[in-house]
Amino acid sequence: MLAPEQWVAVRLSLYVALLALAGALPVALLLGWVLSRGRWAGRPLLDMLVHLPMVLPPVVTGWLLLLLFGLQGPVGGLLWRGFGARLVFTTAGAALATGVMTLPLMVRTIRLAFDAVDPGLEQAAASLGAGRLDRFLTVTLPLAAPGVLAAASVGYAASLGEFGAVIVFAGDIPGRTQTLPLAIYQALQLPGGEAVAARLALVSLTLALAGLAVSELLLRRLPGRRRAAGNGVAR
Amino acid sequence: MSGTLSVSLSHRFPGGRTLDLAFTAPIPGVIGLFGPSGAGKSSLLAALSGLFRPDRSAIELGGRTLSGPGLWLRPERRRIGVVFQDGRLFPHLSVDANLRYGLRRASPGRSGPGFDEVVSLLGLAALLRRPVPGLSGGERQRVAIGRALLSRPDLLAMDEPLSGLDAARKDEILPYLARLRGQAGLPILYVTHSRREAGLLCDTLVLVRDGRIAGSGPVAEMLAGGELGERADAVALLDGVVSAHVPERGLSRVEAGGFALVLPLLADPVGARIRVAVPARDVVVLRADGAPPVSSAQTVLPARVRAVRRAGPSVSVAVLEPAEGGGQAILARMTDDSVARLGLRPGVAVVALVKSVALAGEQADD
Repeated sequence: MLAPEQWVAVRLSLYVALLALAGALPVALLLGWVLSRGRWAGRPLLDMLVHLPMVLPPVVTGWLLLLLFGLQGPVGGLLWRGFGARLVFTTAGAALATGVMTLPLMVRTIRLAFDAVDPGLEQAAASLGAGRLDRFLTVTLPLAAPGVLAAASVGYAASLGEFGAVIVFAGDIPGRTQTLPLAIYQALQLPGGEAVAARLALVSLTLALAGLAVSELLLRRLPGRRRAAGNGVAR
Repeated sequence: MSGTLSVSLSHRFPGGRTLDLAFTAPIPGVIGLFGPSGAGKSSLLAALSGLFRPDRSAIELGGRTLSGPGLWLRPERRRIGVVFQDGRLFPHLSVDANLRYGLRRASPGRSGPGFDEVVSLLGLAALLRRPVPGLSGGERQRVAIGRALLSRPDLLAMDEPLSGLDAARKDEILPYLARLRGQAGLPILYVTHSRREAGLLCDTLVLVRDGRIAGSGPVAEMLAGGELGERADAVALLDGVVSAHVPERGLSRVEAGGFALVLPLLADPVGARIRVAVPARDVVVLRADGAPPVSSAQTVLPARVRAVRRAGPSVSVAVLEPAEGGGQAILARMTDDSVARLGLRPGVAVVALVKSVALAGEQADD
């Protein structure tokens, strides 16, 4: 059904999406927590900064990443001179661009999930001897788990479709940074490429739906309380 | 744990309301924080447990400083088991896991009641496997009390644990709390605005009003004296010992600090320590000259007037102590006219007819 080089794009897409998710999820958890529970002056500024990739054209986000993480950029230059590591035009760079683009979506969802957790329960945990991290891991995170799972599945699905920021920051290199959307775009540039594009689109859709199915399965495996909470039974 | 609980704190809320509270109470024992809603009782409890940080506070519990100048222990370091008004059970955990949450985190060296002991004390065995969302209000509070107890605290702080429950649920929990009170050694701070709960459970009462302490002292004195004794539904609380049962007459005798009281037959064994309540308006006073009358009142007490206090327009309260002396006292509510006719003043010998004596906790709530 697909040519070998197209399978390469499929595998790469999956890899980039999962890598972006693995990198962005912990950051989103931290930012979601800080934005939900933090009480400090700089919070609105951080909130704005996190949401920037959502309101800017993706191409501009890719360009800003290039300025920041390019070999001449402040962060990219440091990485290059210090560790010989390069992000631009690499698979890791594609994952970075993808992660940054999906971060606002995930932070928003996770923040709402944390907002919905009663701080009184965290106080109860504290009075029972649980420290800050302990409380987060045993009370806040489990109670916010459905929201976190939703954030992860949305983040994953959006990762599969990321285009603008990736092509600007990581380029369109087959086997390295050419993910499915880029491969579809390339196919559409060639005469008679519609059939290939359609097949690739179908694969992309399948991967996204598979991700949603996995998250749905995980959601059902969460402890029984979720059903009760879903039925509106008060705590 | 023994010694004292001493609390001193002041705070100004953004709205302008201020707290300025200081008291010292002996421990172990049950310290009641009593007062109307919004008086600052819950803020005091939150400051004690470290969940609310007032502008200035100095708190010491049995010689251990929880907060003071330049010191603020975090709640997880205070070892104060809190029972919240709304229970605050973890909805994602079973009853069993809720109970063990604090137990797991208590330092291994600390002693306290074991898991099975607490489960049987609070009647939780049937609930252990149940998910939290299906519990009734009364069941939740019992689990919350057990969870706090099992965290091996230095003090159990209860914030109106019964206020969200209806009368039937309250009656379901009160006996457990009374049993808890009997457990030696664990000090309890009990926040309430119910005279009934205060009378049944507390040893020391701290009156809180408008962010200030309006008075504190032993519960019997506090409920009998001062502002509380002036109320129409004032009760005197007496600590006594069951001295005999007379099943054929359906009666039990209770010896309470010089007063020989008669109650409807009790379930408690002879020798059991109980607390009884004598409502001030159920006490009739006679002059002691002449033979004791035959009356429908079961309890006839030779007594002496300790004091006569004004309780309102043309109403007074006589404080009566046993004729042979003794620390405890009952109250008799009457009109000023009766006081004048009987010639009541400190030292006068009288006979008190007590129409009803009830176990503390059975009298009507306000």
